[in-house]
Parts: sequence; structure tokens; C-alpha cells
Amino acid sequence: MTNLSAGPFRNEKALARLRKRRAADTRFRLYGLSAIGFALAALSLLVFSIGAQALSAATYHVVKYDVVLDAAVIAPKGKDTPDQISRNVDGFYSLVRENLKDTFPDARDDRRSSRELGELMTRLAVLPTARKVADNPTLMGQKITITAPLNDDLDLYLKGAASPQKKVKLGKVVSVEAETGRTYRLAGPAAFKVIESLVSAERFEVGDAVDRQSILLTTGATTGKISDVTTDSAVIDLLTGNADDFKGATPVARLIGIPQSERNVTDQQIAWTLALKDMGRISRVPHLSLLTHTDSTYPELAGALAAIVGSLLTMFVTAFIAVPIGIFASVYLEEFAPRNRVTEIIEVNINNLAAVPSIVFGLLGAAVFLGFFGLPRSAPLVGGLVLALLTLPTIIIASRAALKSVPPSIRAAALGVGASKMQSVFHHVLPLAGPGIFTGAILGMARALGETAPLLLIGMVAFVADVPSGPTDEATALPVLIYSWSTNAERAWEPMTAAVIVILLMFLIVMNGIVVLLRRRFERRW
Amino acid sequence: MSDHIVSAFTDELDKLAADILRMGGIVETMILDASAAVDGNDLDLAREVVARDPEVDQLEAEIERQIVSLIARRQPMAHDLRAVFAALKVVGELERIGDLSKNIAKRTQRLDKIVGPAMRRGIVRMASPVSRQLNMVLDAYATGNAAAAKAVWEGDDDIDQHYNSLFREMLTYMIEDPRTIGAGAHMLFIAKNLERIGDHCTNIAEFVYFQATGDNLLSTERPKTPQIDG
Amino acid sequence: MESTVTSAPPATSPGTQANEPERLTFPRIECRDINVFYGDKQAIFDISLPIPDRSVTALIGPSGCGKSTFLRCLNRMNDTIESCRVEGQIIMDGENINDAAIDPVLLRSRVGMVFQKPNPFPKSIYDNISYGPRIHGLAASREDLDGMVEKSLRRAGLWEEVKDRLTAPANSLSGGQQQRLCIARAIAVQPEVILMDEPCSALDPVATARIEELIDELRKRYCIVIVTHSMQQAARVSQRTAFFHLGILVEMGETDQIFTNPRERRTEDYITGRFG
Repeated sequence: MTNLSAGPFRNEKALARLRKRRAADTRFRLYGLSAIGFALAALSLLVFSIGAQALSAATYHVVKYDVVLDAAVIAPKGKDTPDQISRNVDGFYSLVRENLKDTFPDARDDRRSSRELGELMTRLAVLPTARKVADNPTLMGQKITITAPLNDDLDLYLKGAASPQKKVKLGKVVSVEAETGRTYRLAGPAAFKVIESLVSAERFEVGDAVDRQSILLTTGATTGKISDVTTDSAVIDLLTGNADDFKGATPVARLIGIPQSERNVTDQQIAWTLALKDMGRISRVPHLSLLTHTDSTYPELAGALAAIVGSLLTMFVTAFIAVPIGIFASVYLEEFAPRNRVTEIIEVNINNLAAVPSIVFGLLGAAVFLGFFGLPRSAPLVGGLVLALLTLPTIIIASRAALKSVPPSIRAAALGVGASKMQSVFHHVLPLAGPGIFTGAILGMARALGETAPLLLIGMVAFVADVPSGPTDEATALPVLIYSWSTNAERAWEPMTAAVIVILLMFLIVMNGIVVLLRRRFERRW
Repeated sequence: MSDHIVSAFTDELDKLAADILRMGGIVETMILDASAAVDGNDLDLAREVVARDPEVDQLEAEIERQIVSLIARRQPMAHDLRAVFAALKVVGELERIGDLSKNIAKRTQRLDKIVGPAMRRGIVRMASPVSRQLNMVLDAYATGNAAAAKAVWEGDDDIDQHYNSLFREMLTYMIEDPRTIGAGAHMLFIAKNLERIGDHCTNIAEFVYFQATGDNLLSTERPKTPQIDG
Repeated sequence: MESTVTSAPPATSPGTQANEPERLTFPRIECRDINVFYGDKQAIFDISLPIPDRSVTALIGPSGCGKSTFLRCLNRMNDTIESCRVEGQIIMDGENINDAAIDPVLLRSRVGMVFQKPNPFPKSIYDNISYGPRIHGLAASREDLDGMVEKSLRRAGLWEEVKDRLTAPANSLSGGQQQRLCIARAIAVQPEVILMDEPCSALDPVATARIEELIDELRKRYCIVIVTHSMQQAARVSQRTAFFHLGILVEMGETDQIFTNPRERRTEDYITGRFG
């Protein structure tokens, strides 16, 4: 029997070395895992933050207004052309405003209230209705329901994104006593205990002044603002509705964390909105206008259609220029070009070109296409040309890699049976390299789709209110739209921007999906 | 000739040649011992020679096995192919020489006292050049010397002349004394066996020559003494 | 087969071959003083070699000895290598095929080639065979083309195995079948010479035996030149063997003679496994 501990498999030194190697193995694997983990975490953070924001922009609130299309208002001259009708925003808007004033008669007398009430809807939101009437004049004089988006700030308020707010259910109000003017005292045993404790706990400052935080008391369509509160009673200023509604009701209190002066919506507007909602006139619907509307200065009216179409037009131009040129250039370089100093220099330059910052291409485009050739500014044609230049090196490099991966034995086989050089390339090499070439092309296009800087420089950042109908029209592109929306100040733009980012990502995902499909479908083994 | 890249191949060819030379050595002593037994009417020695033959047969079988294995595993080419082929032929010739020597030893036991020393002396006189032929051809085989092989091949004529004179001598004895006819016939066969051994040596020389040059000796005419057939 | 040569001067000098052709049936290709350069490096030195018709000529030699390069001269595949320059005359049917005036595309339709690794086009079996006749316009009609495909596959001994699945992808065949398909593809353009560059090096022994049997069959119709690393294969399939070393034709002769009694010491050393 030999001593086991001395055997080659039990040598202490060897085992120690082995342990060290194993430890190095494990460490390396951990490094790799943590790198992947970090990347995944960063990616999911990005996706979640954008996705969550975009989700809030996926729906929005619309208000229904039942109006009679009074011909005297919308077509004051009596024989207005459809064009004039469709431009008569003020006329249509006044109909809506009248409707609102009818709903909230209190606001009618006060100029300030009247203006605030009008802000519930953006003037331009009547445009679709105006166009509809212009197209179909028989609607004139009829009663129709206009559905228009709610003001973006109130929309955000309803989505709970505007300001921190606590909503509590109160006890039963027993009595309502009118005090001076629109001030009422509500009382009920221990009805306001919750508010009272919250106010003292969270140091809510209650009062009339605009720089104070607000507590709104709502039941049904009636809302009042608390100016003083004890456990058993509260003094409210009635904002809208009928104070008697509180009698016997168990109202809801909204403690709004930000004082009126620091937010874009007034307590009054909130009260009206809550009232409209209670009447069932406000509903939350999918935000389809994001895909069907063009850009606007009002976030609730803005959409990405013009940018989507602009991006598609730009991509078409890019594809039509970069893909054929890229393929022919790579085929020539890979299959036909003699190997010498000149081709070497060309190769090096193509590789370098791929690393040139995209903004340089923008400058080049501005100087050459706009300055020298005098092509129209802001046009997808120019954008496409610039992006074609940008993607060309990527496509050439990818195509050459695809051509290189075709085994030389296939070329030899073709030449061996007497095919000419071109026949061997076009009958055998290109079909085999096809999926790889298209993968490269689509990836290059995907990169171009996300490019912003060169488009800014050739003026595709312009505010475009109309859908471009051709490659020479003014247009913008999705990434540029993201850029310009993200620079807007209003808070409502934030989720909108995120939503457009998601749209852009969808495009990229679709393109990459095509790549994957192409690979699956046509990948060959040899 | 330089070594093969696969050294085991060289080793196997070397072992093959060594075994053949060893077999040759055994056979050579068998010739000498058999002729000595004839000369001295040494029946013990004769029995010993007969007893040695199975050893030769075994060696032949062993060498043939080596050759088959070598062809199967190494697929020899050119000189190696000729060497293996020559070895296969040579080993057969040596076995025949061993058989003939055994036959001489066996016949020794049939020679009575009647056959006198004078008659026996002739056999020894013939046996020594025959064994020298074998010795020389084995040397040629060991060194791969084509010229030496050719010399052996040409030297066979001497053996034939020896045989012719011995034949006449035996006839004379038998005519003089008819009682010796029985033993004399055996003596004639012994002489014929020695002559056959000489022929086998010639064959070996041919293979050695082929192995060395790739050419055939038969294409050139050999000096030849007309033979008297027994 | 003629008997072995009794004596001949060293085979390396060009004059030797000039003395030999009367032993050949008919030199299909006559190579004279071929020199090949890769850039500044010379790969082949003054090779003169007659290649007889209707027989198999094997080119053997250690790696890098120039045998494949020489083979590729015969259908001007070296043209595709930019730095490669071929000098000398290769006479076929009274024309120097190494002349710039000869279009290599036409040449390759008469000198087919089979490569080391089976390299069928990643298409159907039928398309593989029909490609050559199609680009050379050999078939007048679809039926014509079908006939050519069948004939080529039959000659390559593959017809029985694939006749029911001509539209199957060529890559679905086994390695040996693929190589026979490649031979069929080469035959399909009706060449007179078939060059084979180590056609069995990627195949198992059974597939190799099939190819060797096929080569023996094809010998009756074509002039075949085969480069092989396996001396046993050269011995089995060829009637004449040429031994290359360091770009020089060391020895050329009947296969029997080369493998039993080579005249050159280098040949002997190479084929007996003593090289180095």
C-alpha cells in the first residue's frame, strides 16, 4: 500500500497551487458577473425611469363639453368659407368657455375667476372640432359634444404628479352655517379630528393667504377651502358648488403640500376640475394624440407625428443612399480592389471615419449641402444625406466583415468551374454575405435614427407644426424632438419626452428585431 | 542510409536484418558441422545438426511474422520495400539451406564404415567453399554491398565444378568397388545437397543485389558450367 | 505498362523530360520552364513536365514544395493571387495557356478543379452541378441541363445516392459525397483535364477509397493531375508520379519505379520517411 498523501493527486504543494488557481478562477467569474450585473442594473434603471414616466403620459384626461354650434359665433360673417371656419379658433373657444361658465355660474362675474376657468382648456384644443365643422357644415346649429384635453397642469394634478397631496376621509358633518359672504362654518362631532391632528403633526399652515398650503374639502361637486379648523368644526371658503351639500355628508379633505403661489393650478381650478370629474365629464383615455398630433407649445396638444414622419423620411433617404453605396464600396474593396498603398489608405480612412464625432458630419452637411448645393434647410433630404455619410463607414465595415466571413473555398469553387470574378461575387459571395450586410446596414441605420447633433446643425430642430409631405419639406426627427421637448420648462413635458423616447426605442427594437429575424432566417453554415 | 523520422521503423528493419544474420549464422554452422560429421563419421554431431533444424524453422516463422507485421504497419516504400521483400525471400532460402544441411546430417548415419576417409574427404573439400559462399553472401547482406553480392553470384560456378569433379570421383569409387554403391549413392546426394546450397546462396545474392540496387542480376548473363545431373 | 527504366540521367535537368515523352501515350499538357514568384520570393524553379492524357499524374512532396502552386498554374488559379507571377510555357492543344491572350475563364471550363476541402455551393445538389453548364451556356434547354446533371452525377458515382433528392441542400451530404459532388461539378463543364488538390485529405478511409475508385474510373476519359500528401494514395491511383522539393522537380517517372526504385536520393528519403 503506497502512502496516499504522497501520491500525485494528493501532493500538498500541488493542491495548494490548485486552490490558488481555483480562487483566481472564481474571482474572475465574479468580476464578470458583477460587470454584467452593473450593466443590467444601469439598463433597468434607465428603462424603469423612462418607462414609469412615459407610462404617465400614456393616458391623459379629456373633458366633454356639450355645445350648440351657433352659426353666429363660429361663422360670424354668414358665408364663411370652410377655411375661415377652421381658423375660427376664438369662436369655437368662446362656445366652450360659455359652456364652462354655464357649469360654474359663480365665475361669470369675476374677471379673474373667469380667466382661471378658461384656462381649464387650451384655446387651440378646439382646432379638431373646427376642422370637423368646416368639413361638414351641416353640423352647424346642431348640439355636439366636444371632447378636448384638460389643461396639462390639471391633468398632472389629477394624475397625482403635480404636488404632494394627502387625501383623508372625514367624519360626518352635522350642520352648515353661513357666515359672511361665501364663508361657511361646518360642524360635526369629531368630524375634523383627522385634519386637526395632521395639521399639527405635519405643521400645515392653514389660512387664506396664497402662500399658505391648502386644505380642500370636497363632497360631490362641491368644494371649499378650509381657513380654520378645530376638532369639531371648520371654517371654509366655498370655491364651487352648494355649501348645503356638506350637510350630512362625509367630505374628503385634500391636504395639498405646495402653496398656491408655487404651483401652476389654483385651488379654484382644482375645485372646478373635481366638480367636472364628479359630473362624469372628465375621463382618462389613452394618449393617442401623442402619435396623431404634431408639435405644439401646449403639452396636452403636442404629438410626435411630424417627428415620426420626419424620421422615417430621413431614414428612407439615408437607406437609399448609404446602403447601395456602402455595399458597392465594400464589395469593391473586399473583392476587386488591388492590395496596395492606395487601398490601404482608403481602408484606414474608412475606419477612422467611423470614429468621427457625428457633429462634424453635421457641420459638413451644413457647409456642403446647405451652403454649397443650396438644398433647403431643415429638410429630411439633407438630414438623410448627412446621416448617410455618417452611417456609410459603419455599413462598409460591417459589409466587409460579412464578405470576409464567406469562406474563400466558395470563391475558389466558383472560379474553378469557370465563373468570372463578378459571377463568383454576385452568384455566390453576396448571397452568402447578404444577411451580414443587411445586419450591418440596419444597425448603421439604427445608429443614424438616434443621431441628434448633425440634425441640429442642419436646422432640423425647427418647430414643425405640419406633417412633412416629402423629403424637401421642413421636418424634425424623433431624437431632435426629444431634445427640444426636454428643454421645455413646463413639468408636463417630462412624461411626454419620456413617451417619445419610448417611441424611439420601439423603432430601434423593431429594427434590431429585423436583424435577429434576418440572421435566423438566412444564416448559413458551411 | 539515414534514419527514418519514425525511429521505431529503423529499429524494426535493423532487428529484421539482425535476425536474418543470426539465422544465417546458425545455418552456416549446420553446413560445417554436417560436413564434419560426414568426414569424421561422427554420428553424435550428425544427430545434433538434425536437432538444430527445428530452431531454424522457428526462427523462419518468427522472421516471417515480423515481415508481415512490418508491411501491415509501416507500408515500406522504395529501399525499405526492397529490403523487406529481400528479407522475406532470403529467410526462405536460409530455411531451405537448413533443410539441406539436416538432410546431409541424416545421410551421414546411413554411410557405413565401407565409405572410406578418402571418399569423405571430397565432401569436406566441397563444403568449405559452399559455407564460404554463404558467409560472404551474409556479409554482403549485412552491409548491403551489391558488388560483394555479385561476386558471390559469380562464384557459384566454382561450386558447380567442385560438384562435377566429386561426382566423377564417386562414380570411380563405386565402379571399383560395387559394395560401396549403396553408401556412394548417399554420398552423391550429399554432394548434390551441397551444390543446391550453393544455388540458394546465389539466390540470396540476387536478392541482396536487388535490395541494394533495385535492379535484377538475372538481366546479366552469368558464367555457367554445364551441370551433370545426379 | 512499360517495364521499369533501366537508366536515365538525373531527372532534375529539363533535358531529361525531353527524352522521355516517347514513353507517354500523348502529352496532354506540356510544361516548359515554369517559374512562379510570390512577390520577390520564387516558389517554383524551372519546372518542365509533360502530363500524359488519360492517366493520373500524382504530384508529391513535402509541404511548401510548390506542388499545389504548380497545379494551380495549370488552370491559372494563381491569377487570383495578386502577388503571384507565372513564367514559362504551358502548352495545351498547341496553345500556351499561360499567355495573357488566353482567357482564364475559358481555360477553367476545360481544366476543372477539385479542392482540398469539399466546397459545394450552399445550394441544392442540382444547382451545384448545373451552375457550370449554365454560366458557360452548355445546355440548350432544361431537359439538356437535366441530362447533363444526371450524366455528371453518374460519372461521379453519386447518381444512385442522390437521384431522389436533387433539390436537397448540398451541405446535407456526407463529406465524401460532397467531394464526389465537387468532382461531378467539375465534370459537368465537360473539361479535358481535372486537377485535384489533395481531394481526400478531409475524408475518412472509406470515402477516400470511393474517391480513389472514382479517379481510376475517370482516368479512362480525362487527363488527371492530383496533388496528394499521402504517398500510398499517389502509389495507388497514379500512373506517373512527380516528386517536388523546395520548388524543384526532383524526379518524375512511372509510379512503380518511383515507389520501388527511385533514382534520386531525395525522392528515396522522402518516400521512405527519412526526410529532414
